[in-house]
Amino acid sequence: MRNVVLAHEVDFEGWRTAARRLALDGIPPEDALFSVGAPADLFAAAGSDEAAPSPAASSSAATAAAPFTVPRPLVELAQTVIQAREPERFSLLYGLVWRTVRGEKRLVEDVADPAVHRAIRLAQSVRRDTHKMRAFVRFREVTEPDANGDPVSRYVSWFEPEHFIVEANAAFFVRRFATMVFSILTPYRSVHWTGEEVRFAPGADPSEVPDDDALERYWRAYYGAIFNPARLKVSAMMSEMPRKYWRNLPEAAAIPELIRGAARRTDAMLEAPAMPPRNARLPTPPADDGPDLLGAAAGSAGVPAPRQADPPVAVVEEEQGAPMLAALARAAADCRRCPLWEPATQTVFGEGPETARMMMVGEQPGDQEDLVGRPFVGPAGQLLDRAIKEAGIDRATVYVTNAVKHFKFEPRGKRRIHAKPDTTEIVACSGWLAEERKAVRPALVVMLGATAARAVLGRPVTIGRERSRPIALDGNTQGLVTVHPSFLLRLPDEDAKKREYAAFVADLKQARALLDG
Amino acid sequence: MALDLLGKLEILADAAKYDASCASSGTDKRDSLGKKNGVGSTEGMGICHAYAPDGRCISLLKILLTNYCLFDCAYCINRASSSVRRARFTVDEVVKLTLGFYRRNCIEGLFLSSGIIRSPDYTMEQVTAVARTLRVEHGFRGYIHLKTIPDADPALLEEAGRWADRLSINVELPTEQALRAYAPEKDLGGIRRSMGRMRLGIDAAREKVAPGRTPPPRFAPAGQSTQVIVGADPSTDRSILKMSSTLYGAYGLRRVYYSAFSPIPDASSALPLQPAPLLREHRLYQADWMLRFYGFSVDELATEEDGNLALRHDPKLAWALANPAFFPLDINRADREALLRVPGLGVKTVDRVLQARRHRRLRMDDLARLRVSLHKVSPFLVAPDHRPRDGQAADLLSRQAAARIQPRATQLSLL
Repeated sequence: MRNVVLAHEVDFEGWRTAARRLALDGIPPEDALFSVGAPADLFAAAGSDEAAPSPAASSSAATAAAPFTVPRPLVELAQTVIQAREPERFSLLYGLVWRTVRGEKRLVEDVADPAVHRAIRLAQSVRRDTHKMRAFVRFREVTEPDANGDPVSRYVSWFEPEHFIVEANAAFFVRRFATMVFSILTPYRSVHWTGEEVRFAPGADPSEVPDDDALERYWRAYYGAIFNPARLKVSAMMSEMPRKYWRNLPEAAAIPELIRGAARRTDAMLEAPAMPPRNARLPTPPADDGPDLLGAAAGSAGVPAPRQADPPVAVVEEEQGAPMLAALARAAADCRRCPLWEPATQTVFGEGPETARMMMVGEQPGDQEDLVGRPFVGPAGQLLDRAIKEAGIDRATVYVTNAVKHFKFEPRGKRRIHAKPDTTEIVACSGWLAEERKAVRPALVVMLGATAARAVLGRPVTIGRERSRPIALDGNTQGLVTVHPSFLLRLPDEDAKKREYAAFVADLKQARALLDG
Repeated sequence: MALDLLGKLEILADAAKYDASCASSGTDKRDSLGKKNGVGSTEGMGICHAYAPDGRCISLLKILLTNYCLFDCAYCINRASSSVRRARFTVDEVVKLTLGFYRRNCIEGLFLSSGIIRSPDYTMEQVTAVARTLRVEHGFRGYIHLKTIPDADPALLEEAGRWADRLSINVELPTEQALRAYAPEKDLGGIRRSMGRMRLGIDAAREKVAPGRTPPPRFAPAGQSTQVIVGADPSTDRSILKMSSTLYGAYGLRRVYYSAFSPIPDASSALPLQPAPLLREHRLYQADWMLRFYGFSVDELATEEDGNLALRHDPKLAWALANPAFFPLDINRADREALLRVPGLGVKTVDRVLQARRHRRLRMDDLARLRVSLHKVSPFLVAPDHRPRDGQAADLLSRQAAARIQPRATQLSLL
C-alpha cells in the first residue's frame, strides 16, 4: 500500500506528480491511498493562486521528471473532477491514468465505460456548481476608509458552493470585476481581490458579510415586478434555482408571497371588464384603406389578382410635378398582385434616370437586393457592373430593373434559396415593367436571361436561339437578349466562365453600338 | 405625486415582462483585466442570475425606458388606451440601476425597450443614448440588448448596433392581416425592412478583412431576435412556423421567441377571453428546435387538421408515431440524421452515441449510462440485447396520453 497525502482539496499538481510516480512504479490503483492533509493556514501563506509545493512532489523528483504523457482530454477531465466534493475522486482519476498508460490509450473517449462515465458525471456536477456560483454570488457594497482616510467601496459576498470550486472560479470574477475590490467568502475557502492580486484565505463565516445593501430593496422590487403571475411555474424555478441557494439570495425572500398572490392576481385580471379599444377599426380587419393600385388589395388574401386591363395611369397623373418613376415606385411598394410579397422584405423597384436611353431588365431581386431594396447590388449585380464598365457603358446612364419585383425563395435554415418565378408571377408583375418602359421610353431594352425576355417579349424565349441580335419592339424601341449575370456565376469550370463572360461583354458592347448607331 | 426611482422601477419592469427574451449569450468576448475603469465581461455563455416563480430566467435588467406609448396594440399592456400607470426613466437612472445591479452580480447586463413617444426617431435616440452612456462614459463591458423601433433612421440603427450586443424588433403577430387588426399603427413592411438592415449590418461586421485594412464598424455581435405572440389572434401553428422559417432564412435571426398570450391588467375587449395554453407555446419552441437542429420541415410537424401542432405529444414523438415505417433504427448503425429523429435522443446524446460507437457495440445499459431514457427510446431502437415488441410504440402513445400528457394541456393551478 502506498500513501499519498495531498496538500489541499484541489492540489492538482500534487495529485499529478503522485499519479505519475505511482504509475511508473507499477502501483495499481487498489494499492494507492489518497488523502488530503491541508494545514489550515496554507493558503494564508501562499499569497497567490499557486499552491505551495506539495509533500508528494518532493519525495521522488527523479521519477516524476521521466517522460510520461496522457491524452490532453484526460488531463482536462482530471482538472475538473479534482474539484468535486467526493473523497474517491483522486483514486478514480488515478485509475483512469493507470488504465490509459497500460494500453487503453483512448479510454477517455469511451464515454460508456463505467469509470469514465463516473468521472464525466462528477465533472458535469462541478461545472454546474461553477456556473451556479457565477450566477448566484451576490455582492454587498461596504464603504471603508482607505489609507488616506478617503472612502472606498469594497464588495463582499457569502456563498456556499457544493464542490471545491472557489480557486478555479476566482479568475472569472477577477476578469469581470477587475476594477473593483471584492471578497467572496465560503465555508472552506475565501478569495480576496485587491484590485491588483488574488489572495486565497481559509474559509469564513457568514457573519463577516455586512447585513444589507442599499440597492437590495431595488433588486427585490425588480424581481417581483418582472414575474408574471399568470405563468406561475414553480417547478421550473426550483429545478434551476434549488432552495439550497435561497438563503444567500436577497430576492428569494420575495418568492413565497409572489407564489401565494399569483392566482389571486391572475383571477383579478381575467375578471376585470375588458376595455374597448381606442380604435374603431378593431377587431375586424379593415377592408382596405388605400386606392386599389394594380389590384394591390385584391391579392392580399393570398390569391393572385387577375391581370388588370388598365395600368395605373390615374395614380401617376395625381403626382403632379413629382417624377413619374418615384410615384410608380411608391405605388409598387404595396403591390399584392401575386403572393410573392408576403415572405419578401420589400418591393425592389427599378432604378436609374428617367431619361435613360438604355434599360436593362433582369429576372428578380436576390437575397441582397431584397434586404437593401435596390436592384443588382448582390454578387450578380457586381458582375454586371464590371461587365458594363468593360463594355464602355456608364451604369449611371442605364435604367436597371427586374421582370419580377419581389424576391422568390425557399427558406433553408439560415439561408434563402433563389426560386425561379413562374409565368403567373411574371405576368402579374408585367404591368409595372410596362409602366417603367412608358415612363423611361428607352431606345434599347437589354433583356438579361429568359425570365426578362419572357416578360418583355410576352412569349417563351430560348436564350441560345435569340441572343445577340436586335429585336424590334413596339414604337422605336429595339430589344437585345443576352444571358443573366448569375448564369456566369453558376458555371463550374473556369474556362467556360471566361468564355461566357467575354460573350456577355460582347453583347453589352453590341448594345452600346446599337445606341450609338 | 412624483414617482421615486423605486416606483418607476416597479412600473417599468412590470411593463417589460411580456418580452420573453433574456438571452445574454453569443456575443464577443471581453473582460476588464488590466483596465483602469469600467466594469464587466462577456465570455460567450449566458448566465441566468435568478429565476422568477414563472420559471423564467432573469439574466438582464429588462425594463422599458418609458411605458407612455402612442401606439394602441390590443395585446399590449402599455397601449395608448390602457389605464396602466405611466412612468419614464431618465437616461441616468437606467445607467445607475444597470451599474448598481451589475456590480452586485445580479445581472449580465441590460435589455432596454421603450414605448413609442413623440416619434420613432426620438424614441430610438433615447434608447441609444442609454447604451452610449453606459459604454462610453462608464466603460460598461456587460451585455446590452436594445429593442429597435421600426423604421427609425438607419443612422440611429447603426449607432445602436455599435453599442449593443443584440438588437431585436418584434413581429408580434405572424401575418399582415393580424397585425392590421390588432396593431394598427405597426407596419409589417417597416419591421421587415429594419430586420433586413440589421442583417446587413451584422453580416458586414463579421466580414474578415485583410490585415491593415480598416475593420468594419462593430454591429450587434450577438445578432438579432424577435418575438411573436401566440393565441391572441387566430393564426395557426403552421403559419407561425412558416413565418419563423422565413425569418430565420431571411434575416439570420438567432431566435424567434414565442409568447403565449397571457392575461394583462386592463385588457382590450378585442382579445380572446382565455389565455392561450402555455403548452402550445412549449410545443412551438420544441417545433422551432426541430426545424433548426433536427432537420424537420414545417410540413412534417404541423400535421393536425386545424394546422396546429399536436398538444398531446411533443412534435418529435408525434412524427415518430405517424411514421412507424421509419423505425426501429439500429443504435449501432443508423446515421446521425436518422438518430436525431428518435424520440428521447437529443443532439448531445446522439453525438455521444456516435462517439461511444467507435469504441464498442452499444447495448441498452450503455445507453442508460449515457443518460438516455430507455423507456422513451426502446420502442424505436434495436440493440444487440433489445428488439421492440410489435405495437410497443402504440402502447407508449396510449399510456402517455392517459397518464402524463393530458392533464398538462391546461395550466396547472398550484394553490
